[in-house]
Amino acid sequence: MTAQSRTLSGSQARRQSLMDKAFQSATAFFAVLVLLILGGVFVSLVQGALPALGTFGFDFVTTQVWNPVTDRFGAVSPIYGTLMTALIAMAVGIPISFGIAVFLTELAPPWLKRPVGIAIELLAGIPSIIYGIWGLFVFAPIFQQTLQPFLINTIGQVPVIGDLFSGPPFGIGIFTAGLILGIMVLPFITSIMRDVFETVPPMVKESAYGLGATTWEVVWKVVLPYTRVGVVGGVMLGLGRALGETMAVTFVVGNAHRIGNSLMAPGTTISAAIANEFNEAVGELYISSLIALGLILFFITFTVLALAKIMLMRMQQRSGG
Amino acid sequence: MTIISKTVIRSAIAGLAGIVLGSSAYAQNISGAGATFPYPVYARWAQAYQQETGTNINYQSIGSGGGIRQIKEKTVTFGASDSPLKPEELEQAGLVQFPMIMGGVVPVVNVPGIQPGQLRLDGPTLANIYLGEITSWDDDAIKALNPDLQLPDLAIAPVYRSDGSGTNFLFTNYLSQVSEDFKEQVGSNTSVQWPTGLGARGNEGVAAQTSQIQGAVGYVEYAYAKQNQMTNAVMKNKDGQWVEPNSETFQAAAASADWSANPGYYVILTDQPGAKSWPITGASFILMHRQPQDPAASQSALRFFHWAYMNGDQMADELDYVPMPDKVVDQVEQTWTTGFAEVNGEAMWTGGQQ
Repeated sequence: MTAQSRTLSGSQARRQSLMDKAFQSATAFFAVLVLLILGGVFVSLVQGALPALGTFGFDFVTTQVWNPVTDRFGAVSPIYGTLMTALIAMAVGIPISFGIAVFLTELAPPWLKRPVGIAIELLAGIPSIIYGIWGLFVFAPIFQQTLQPFLINTIGQVPVIGDLFSGPPFGIGIFTAGLILGIMVLPFITSIMRDVFETVPPMVKESAYGLGATTWEVVWKVVLPYTRVGVVGGVMLGLGRALGETMAVTFVVGNAHRIGNSLMAPGTTISAAIANEFNEAVGELYISSLIALGLILFFITFTVLALAKIMLMRMQQRSGG
Repeated sequence: MTIISKTVIRSAIAGLAGIVLGSSAYAQNISGAGATFPYPVYARWAQAYQQETGTNINYQSIGSGGGIRQIKEKTVTFGASDSPLKPEELEQAGLVQFPMIMGGVVPVVNVPGIQPGQLRLDGPTLANIYLGEITSWDDDAIKALNPDLQLPDLAIAPVYRSDGSGTNFLFTNYLSQVSEDFKEQVGSNTSVQWPTGLGARGNEGVAAQTSQIQGAVGYVEYAYAKQNQMTNAVMKNKDGQWVEPNSETFQAAAASADWSANPGYYVILTDQPGAKSWPITGASFILMHRQPQDPAASQSALRFFHWAYMNGDQMADELDYVPMPDKVVDQVEQTWTTGFAEVNGEAMWTGGQQ
């Protein structure tokens, strides 16, 4: 009797260890799959970009020409547009998101928390094409007739930085695209900031309040240091979205392969250029140049994420030491 | 409830069967891809043709460049392009090309106080606007063409198609013909490097941007201008006459074209002579392989094109396209009999009564 049960449990144990191994290898397979997919994307991008990079060499990232007629391509203006719109989006999005998140976690009356919180999540659920349509049909005309002439007549007249806000008011351009992107990244940054702010133990905050700290001091000196990894993560998520966003930008950026001296001027971004031109691109060089743009976007995103990781590591080291 | 779900299941099964049986049972599926310019009329024809014959035509309007690429890669039965391939290109790729439908590209403007058909423009002025040399609506060059109009001191926002398109090809081809500067600095293609202005995707994008931005000027396929009630401009044609865009002036431009003298129907209808000719008129072309992998599908496609030539004129008219003249249709069908490789010792096309 006992011997029998022992053998049974022995076979059970064998089965369990087999199951464990199967489970382990299955999960490991999925994890490696991610690396394989990423590597595959990278390899095919490089492969597709080779003809363009081989023809233009380093000129590809230093020239502004984009001429399908003569088959000359350079990536400077889409790179500039991508970085500039993302920068404007961050300049707009981060302070507003921070404000909303602080209000929701520290200051809002309980009855207001839920509706505002849900509204922000709904904002994140709006498809980007809707932002594009809204940007073009609602925002751009209002912007063209009110805010833009105002900016041109005020900041535009200031020497040096005035150039950035000069030029005819078309309502669309790099600046508009940046503003729309800023609104689009709001919910991502806000909801992550709110979630991480809520992880701060009440005891810690209450201790600070007990020492006579103001709300501002609590947020700045207790909540933010405690949650900085999460906050940076949220900002990076927003930045990643701003760099890669396609549809909404295509609607309002002006889709012009030029770097205007003004932020108001039409421009283009990498993803907008690819989305606009890929279907109709004829000839190996043209298609290859668009794929090379994709490769550059891949690099930009990768670099941004890597820098964020390094920054976080530095911050942790400093606080640890 | 149960009836509905039964129908759903049945149609799902039928659909699955269609996929599984594939080409043998459903050889009546024709796939095409290309130009956005003729899409409305192709879609209309396809719908009517399916009702009549059960044959399904799946046309993807991905743009002329995409159409040329897809047919070269043999992923579709036919490709469509507004920018005709040159005879040597056709020869090289083993393609047969023929015109299917014609239409016009129309400059549209958004200037306060200007009504449709009031603003007069000529080619050189339009070229200078798109070159960035004329930047304000009260420029002397525009004033000279419009002595009776009150033109505001408003910045001109030239809007162009940012995607490569046949509409771009027709527009830049026209401007290159009337302006040496434009020809040198920009050239003509389905996609060019514009020295100024802002881009929008597709006819609908240009229509939307032009309607949204005060001071904008754009160019769209005529149906878009008409359906969106946009402010079209009146153009001066090669004979120095002012013409309105409509099927009459498109037809006038098409009438003088000599299709028979051009191998591969390589005819571009911009800047045509004739007192009534609209200057930016163009044909849209179909591209098919001389020696298709699936001759049965190509034969089905030819039957559809034949049907469209014979029965599609009124539908085209309603959508403001210009049907091909009967003489050209006869000539095209001649091309079909001789242009394709033989299938089992017989011509691919032996007339409409197949």
